[in-house]
Amino acid sequence: MLQLSSRKNTPLTHQTFDGIRILRVTTNPNYPLALRDDSCLLLPMITQEIPVGFGAYLVTSADHGRPSDSYENCFTLDPALVYLTDGDVIRISNSGAIHVVYRRNANANSLLVTERCNSFCVMCSQPPRDINDDYLIDEYLAALPLIDRGTSEIGITGGEPTLLGDRFLELVVAIKAHLPDTALHILTNGRNFKNPALASRLAEIAHPDLMLGIPLYSDVPSIHDFVVQADGAFDETIEGILNLKQRRVRVEIRVVIHRHTYERLPKLAHFIARNLQFVDHVALMGLEAMGFGRTNYQYLFVDPMDYQRELLEATLILDQAAIRTSIYNHQLCVVPTIVRRFATQSISDWKREYIASCADCDVRGNCGGFFSSVVGKQSRGIKPIRADFSVT
Amino acid sequence: MLPKAFGSMETYRSAEKAGYRLLPLRFTRLDDVRYVVSNIVGEFHVLDRATLEALINHHLESGSPIYDDLKATHFIYDDDTKVAHRLLGLKYRTKRARLPHFTALHMFVVTLRCDYTCKYCQVSRQTEDKGAFDMTAEAAERAVELVFQSPSPAIKIEFQGGEPLLNFERIKQVVTLALEKNKLAKRSLEFVIATNLSMLSDEVIEFCDANKIYLSTSLDGPADLHNANRPRPGKNGYQLTVDGITRARAQLGVDSVSALMTTTERSLSRVKEIIDEYVRLRFSSIFLRPLSPYGFAVKTGQAALYDSTRWLEFYKEGLRYILDLNKNGYPIEESYSAIVLRKLLTPQAPGYVDLQSPAGIGISAVVYNYDGAVYASDEGRMLAEMGSERFKLGNVLTDTYEEIFASEQLLSALEESFAESSPLCSECAFVDYCGSDPVYHFATQGHVNGNKANSGFCTKNMGVFRHLITLLEDSPEDREILLGWAWRR
Repeated sequence: MLQLSSRKNTPLTHQTFDGIRILRVTTNPNYPLALRDDSCLLLPMITQEIPVGFGAYLVTSADHGRPSDSYENCFTLDPALVYLTDGDVIRISNSGAIHVVYRRNANANSLLVTERCNSFCVMCSQPPRDINDDYLIDEYLAALPLIDRGTSEIGITGGEPTLLGDRFLELVVAIKAHLPDTALHILTNGRNFKNPALASRLAEIAHPDLMLGIPLYSDVPSIHDFVVQADGAFDETIEGILNLKQRRVRVEIRVVIHRHTYERLPKLAHFIARNLQFVDHVALMGLEAMGFGRTNYQYLFVDPMDYQRELLEATLILDQAAIRTSIYNHQLCVVPTIVRRFATQSISDWKREYIASCADCDVRGNCGGFFSSVVGKQSRGIKPIRADFSVT
Repeated sequence: MLPKAFGSMETYRSAEKAGYRLLPLRFTRLDDVRYVVSNIVGEFHVLDRATLEALINHHLESGSPIYDDLKATHFIYDDDTKVAHRLLGLKYRTKRARLPHFTALHMFVVTLRCDYTCKYCQVSRQTEDKGAFDMTAEAAERAVELVFQSPSPAIKIEFQGGEPLLNFERIKQVVTLALEKNKLAKRSLEFVIATNLSMLSDEVIEFCDANKIYLSTSLDGPADLHNANRPRPGKNGYQLTVDGITRARAQLGVDSVSALMTTTERSLSRVKEIIDEYVRLRFSSIFLRPLSPYGFAVKTGQAALYDSTRWLEFYKEGLRYILDLNKNGYPIEESYSAIVLRKLLTPQAPGYVDLQSPAGIGISAVVYNYDGAVYASDEGRMLAEMGSERFKLGNVLTDTYEEIFASEQLLSALEESFAESSPLCSECAFVDYCGSDPVYHFATQGHVNGNKANSGFCTKNMGVFRHLITLLEDSPEDREILLGWAWRR
């Protein structure tokens, strides 16, 4: 798993800033002078001739030598972060803590805007913390102008982003302004959109390529409420989806498959086809062993080999109803052959891995692989697939 | 067990303990042991009597799979959730989304003349040379104006007869005029010619090609059956039809021509041969249609030769054969079943005229007769040829759009025949899949509503619904094929 933050970056000089800075990474010492202030120069080692004016300097080599007095804001870089490269955006504190906000070469970039949440899902990969993290959004607003305009997609995640209220909408407006050609994908439990006014305000921003990913875990309200540990959540989420779609905001339904959701999966598919046929995408997702997903893994995990029929049926019901459908977070060898074409490479590159037996697999290039967190706890059905598409 | 920080499933079911209430539902016997229960948007379950009684008497147990099933499909609700009503409302509006669009299908009877002498003709065709039975240019022009007064975003103009190609000049005039008007009106505009194809000249083909006109023809089965059902001087009707289909496909595209069959008494024992004929000609659908009790079909006694019960046997045998063809690798659907299945299994409601409530007459389809008279349906004008003008709404030459479409003739027939408020229909679990057919009931019983206990329409449709639901319940293999028909795009 790729590490996205580190405190192991030692200050080598004095710092001219308090708190944090948001900087764009460059490896080019001749970077235009006028742009250097919000850039951070990645150096293999300390040089005598200093390229002046950069917001910070990060030295990658272990034997970096001593910087002269003319250096300021200079830090060593934790080897775990050496993948940083031109166009990446980081947040750096004056004590040297670095968090990677954006990676230009990533297959997915997400802005985690708050850790607070009004749900408490039993398999949450990012367990909520009731803390004041309002500063996060200011940092993202500062980071946006530094992000490459060619970025194809950016995500907003949490926690529950809509808990930020006006500031959430402010961020969507800023993303539309700075990255007009970038698709925006927001992960929300949709509950706050039960308020039609919020749905209207989001719709009025008229982001050209917006999708809201909203979880729906059961066709039975009490089961959904149990999974998200919030009474009344089912009603609020359904109201939210209807309010959003009424205002032509695109909605994706996300279903995580585990002990409490796999049995009724075909019935949930039927419910969606019958009640919510107008949604734009449905993702049927494997369990990630992070956060509560890790602590409750033994209790929640159902081997995909034990829900083949349910996954197959649900996928076909949705596809038949002309609803765009994907299977996320499943290795191709544990997806029933008939619906393998719905499986996508959904796991973000920074937390994706393959295991030893994948080396013999001929379709590895099309396979989404494993969450780093589930390696060692994977399905008994994992086997290399040969080129003739048979499972060995 | 989940750690203590998480509430148990029982916690989230506690609101269910206070009991449940029923949402609007109807139930009807399916067979000796089972019942069909449906809600107001056409979702249904098949239950045994004990479960049905438990449902109605509020004895279903919270947490049981059937409790969850009935709650998730909006048959019951409890204190745990309030969203059922909004979803039901949404589904109800979806099922009736066609209503505000009003008339989509506009049929032009450009002539009553025909080169065939079918005994079962429902239209009472005239012999070829009587120019008096041709639509005039003035009536055609006036009818096209009415067509574009319909608010429907999709307009289909269908040319009927007689044999409409005997008055090809009128077809050309209507198509040209409609296309011209549509430059401003911008509707989704389609043309169909219902023809026996015997007069499919190069000129006709070229005109159809240039204006994207579809052809709809009649094919009753193998040559001997077709020619016996549909006599033509020269006795070559079958060959002319098959040649026409081949030519149309070659020059206009494989989807340019569709075919319809009519079941006569002669057809009853030959359903497999009829279907084989459609397969041989590579059709992907066949519509097993009973005779309608109108026109020559009544005069010659053809319509009285078999009843709905006998037709149902024919239909069931045919459907079985069609399903087996699908299993064996040839995908072909039975069109009437497909319409009903769409109503049973999807949130949509197909626009098929005979299965609408309020009735489809005038609302879904309207007929402009050769003499300018406007009828609420094709059957309505057939009835007029038999002497009853009950469904004549006016005349294009003398009446305005408002006078025609808000006529007492139409409104009273619609109001009186509403299935949801008709005796027997109002409590029938199949009402959402069915419709009202005021013309049929007026023709057979003298009243737009009719007594459904004596109605061939009711017998036929109840039989089809029961049969399809039984197949869906009892045969997973058939179910898979039928689901495909229901959702076919």
